Order: sequence, then C-alpha cells, then structure tokens
Amino acid sequence: MSNAHSHVGERDAVISGIGQSPVGRKLGRTGISLTVEAALAAIADAGLTRDDIDGLSSYPGAVDSSPGMSPVGVPELKDALRLKVNWFSGGGEVPAQLGAVFNAVAAVSCGLANHVLVFRTVTESSAQTAGRRASVVGSGGARVSGPMQWMVPFHAVSAANWVGMYAQRYMHEYGLQREHLGQISVNARRHAMLNPRAIFREPLSLDEYMNARMVSWPLGLYDCDIPCDGSVAIIVSRADAAADLRKVVRIEAIGSALHGRDSWDQRADLTTMAAHDAAPMMWARTDLKPADVDSAHLYDGFSYLCLQWLEALGFFPKGEAAGFLAAGESRIGLGGELPLNTNGGQLSGGRMHGYGYLHEACVQLRGEGGDRQVAGAEVSVVGAGGGPLAGCMLLTADR
Amino acid sequence: MTFQPLPTITDDTAPFWDGGAVGELRINRCRKCRTWFHPPAPVCPDCLSMDVGPEVASGKATVAAFTINVQPWAPDMEVPYVLAIVELDEQRDVRLMTRMVDCAPDQIAVGMPVEVTFQAVDDIWLPLFRPAVTSSPKES
Ligand SMILES: [Zn+2]
Repeated sequence: MSNAHSHVGERDAVISGIGQSPVGRKLGRTGISLTVEAALAAIADAGLTRDDIDGLSSYPGAVDSSPGMSPVGVPELKDALRLKVNWFSGGGEVPAQLGAVFNAVAAVSCGLANHVLVFRTVTESSAQTAGRRASVVGSGGARVSGPMQWMVPFHAVSAANWVGMYAQRYMHEYGLQREHLGQISVNARRHAMLNPRAIFREPLSLDEYMNARMVSWPLGLYDCDIPCDGSVAIIVSRADAAADLRKVVRIEAIGSALHGRDSWDQRADLTTMAAHDAAPMMWARTDLKPADVDSAHLYDGFSYLCLQWLEALGFFPKGEAAGFLAAGESRIGLGGELPLNTNGGQLSGGRMHGYGYLHEACVQLRGEGGDRQVAGAEVSVVGAGGGPLAGCMLLTADR
Repeated sequence: MTFQPLPTITDDTAPFWDGGAVGELRINRCRKCRTWFHPPAPVCPDCLSMDVGPEVASGKATVAAFTINVQPWAPDMEVPYVLAIVELDEQRDVRLMTRMVDCAPDQIAVGMPVEVTFQAVDDIWLPLFRPAVTSSPKES
C-alpha cells in the first residue's frame, strides 16, 4: 500500500532525547528553574551538549494573562542557556499543544536546524496558591475579546463547562453513562500508582468517582485533571544528524488538520471534536492501523476528551464509547488490548498540558517504563487537545 | 450575580451586544445568498460575498447541548446554573452559547424550544434564553 501523501517529511525527524523536571503541587520553584532542569535533562539524555542545540520551540509562548499557564517563553530559555539558534518559534496558534513539536519537526525536516529543543512549562499549582485561578477565564475583571467573548459573559467560564456540554450531547445521542467516563479516571489512577512521579497515587474506585462532587454536569471532580508545576523538554533531531544517538524514537506520522470551525460552539457535529479532523490525517500518512498501536497516550484534561480521542483515532466506531469503555481494565489497563495513559495521564499525573503524554510514549517505546512498561511496545499514539484544538502523532520504536 | 465578565465591543460586534436595547437579536447575514452566520465577519462563509450585515433574528431556538454548572468559579457566583448551546430556528448551524433563565436544572433537555431574553449589564445586553413561552407573531 502506498501513502496518499507522496512525501511524509516527519520521518526525516526523530525524537532523540527527553527530560522532565519534578512534577508536583506547589513546588515552590520558578518556571524558568523547572524549564532549565528539564532542558538540561533532555540534552543529556540525547547524548548531546548545549552547543548542539540550534533550535527552540515552545507552546504557547510566555503568557502573562493566565497565571502559571505558561510562565516561560522561548526568549527566556534561549537567554538562560545562551543558546545560539538558527531557528526558533513560540506561540499558541497551532494545532493544540503538540503544535510546537510539529513546528520543530518541520524545521529539522527542511534543514533549518539539526536539534530543536521543545519545551512546555506550567506553574498552575503555585499560581492557584497565590489566589488566582488560571483556568477561570474572566476572573481578572478585564473585558474579554476573541473566542472567549462568546462564552465567558454567559458564565461559561471554565473548560469544564464547554467540555461538559459536548459530553452531555454525546450521552444524549449514544447512551453513554458517567460510569463509562469513570473507567478512564479509574484507569488513570491505576497507572499513576505504578508511576513514582505521578501526583495522585492512592487507589480510586468507581464508587468514589461516582460519589465525588459534581463540577459541571456530567463532569465531576475526578473527570477533571490536576493543575501542577513542572516542565517537559524533548529534543527533535534531523534523522541523519541523530544517526549515532542511542535513544531515538521515530516519528511515523503527524495529524494536524482542523477542518471544522475553530470554535467551541459552532462545530457542525457536537458529538465530535477537532480530534476527528486530526486523526484521519495522521492515519492517511501511514500504512499502520489502529490495531497496530501498543500504547495510547491521549489527552485527559477531562475524561471526555480522552473518549473523543479514542473514537477519533478509530479504536471503536462512532458512538460506541460506552461498550468500549465498559470493559475497563481488560481493554485500557496495562495488560489490556490498548494500554491507555500508562503514566496516570493528566487526571492523576498532573496537567503537563499535552507534553506528559509525549514524554511517556517515548519512555514506553524505549522500554524504560519499569513497573508500568507495556511489554514489547513498538507503536504508540499521542493525541493532545480538546474542542477546536487537536494534534496527534504516531511514534515507533527504533528497532 | 456580581461576577460578570463582559465582552469588548467592536464595530463588528456592537449590533449583537446592544440589540437587546430594542429587544432585537441581531445576527450577521449575507444579503446575496441569505446565509446567516456567527460570529460576525466581513464575508459570507458560503458565497464569499462581502455584502453582509446584521439582521434581526426571531430569537427562537432549540437546545443542542447543555451543562449544569455546580462549581462556584468566583466567590460571589450563585450556583447551580444552566448553560446551553442553542441552535437558531432561522438556521440550525448558527449557534449561541448562553445561560438559561427561568429553567430549573431538571427541566433542561436537548431539543427543548427556547427564546431569547436580554439582561442589561453596563453597555451590554446579554442574550440569555428561557423555555419558549410566547408564540411568534407569524404563528399567532
Ligand atoms: Zn452568501
């Protein structure tokens, strides 16, 4: 079989190194301190030196208006490490969080750089402590503009509200129950218990999930991820510049499409999200199929977003989430058909805003998962984003 | 509720945000092919004509999705409240995210007919929606 695309340029790029700072609640450290720790770890992990890094990329750039959401941008890290870059990019108008990775892949594939350091840093937990809730839009008192103006004045102030409406419509349409969403949350906790770096590591039962307080129907406390402090860095290298590097993960295909409207309320089918645009693009760029995937690392900022990714990626037919998720551990657990969010996801691991999944997929494909390793993992899928934001990657082991 | 973020008004959005002063829900529409669209933009998304502008919609709509917000996101927020995405009767792919009023949390349902009602705050008239109680002039 041949690919619909004559040139799959992402295969000219690899992930050559990964690094992560401590991830936790109220770490009491600055964003730049966490970022530098993750960056130096990734450079060392790749077997590179600071002088090898000739590109920088980050999402969504430094953000002042939303405390802790993105305290560090490209200029600050560049200056701290005195990097001499040939290419750099930082910003939020990309196909969700992984857009910064896609930009890096494009840069190395066309030869603008050899080794791009990509990072994402959050200090949302510390920001909350300081009394400002980063995830509530409009709480600062200023007037809102752009897409937020169509939601926030009506008190649809949290992503829990927006995602809650989509989840409600899916339940209405397809008979999904909260118990099914709960399987995603309980599964994440099961895996977090095996991950020493996860934040919530006490057992979580489906009963506890069901009895927890409601946030925005049908989403309850355990459908929502945890704000945290932390930084993840990965190195995207040009494949032939990484020929002698030892920990390479290959990039099989990227999905970055957005065909529907860039809006939370105007999407034609409220039971789908942008993931339903990005995922088909990714599969069209590879001969691999959903059945080939050994581990899935899919955005669970809310449990329902993870369901959407599973459906968009074709792990079950449209509308059949309830039946898929009802099987619970035997389907999405470590020994199941499709081990899902093996590090605890964002629901139990912490909201590293997309980059925790990418880090964990590399860990799995390098066979470094320890107690949570998926035996023989060779193909992993990563999907990040929700609503009008989506980007996904299919990664393979370097064997 | 004193927690009330408000939108920035621009030339494009002013007709939407101040239409409530005269009881009008104003939505942009193409004068050439008559397509409605939202949010306001200078071009018709269907035929690409730039001969577009706000027109008065009936304010009748149908609930497409909803959520019942329970969490108080600000100290002075009254909860619970019902949020909905409603589809305008004129054209179902034109939607508004809105807050429901006069609607108990156990009353809301997908497919429920609703109608606009305006809440004035400063220079803004927020188009909120309530269960349909009045019949439109063309029906009476
Ligand atoms: Zn037109």
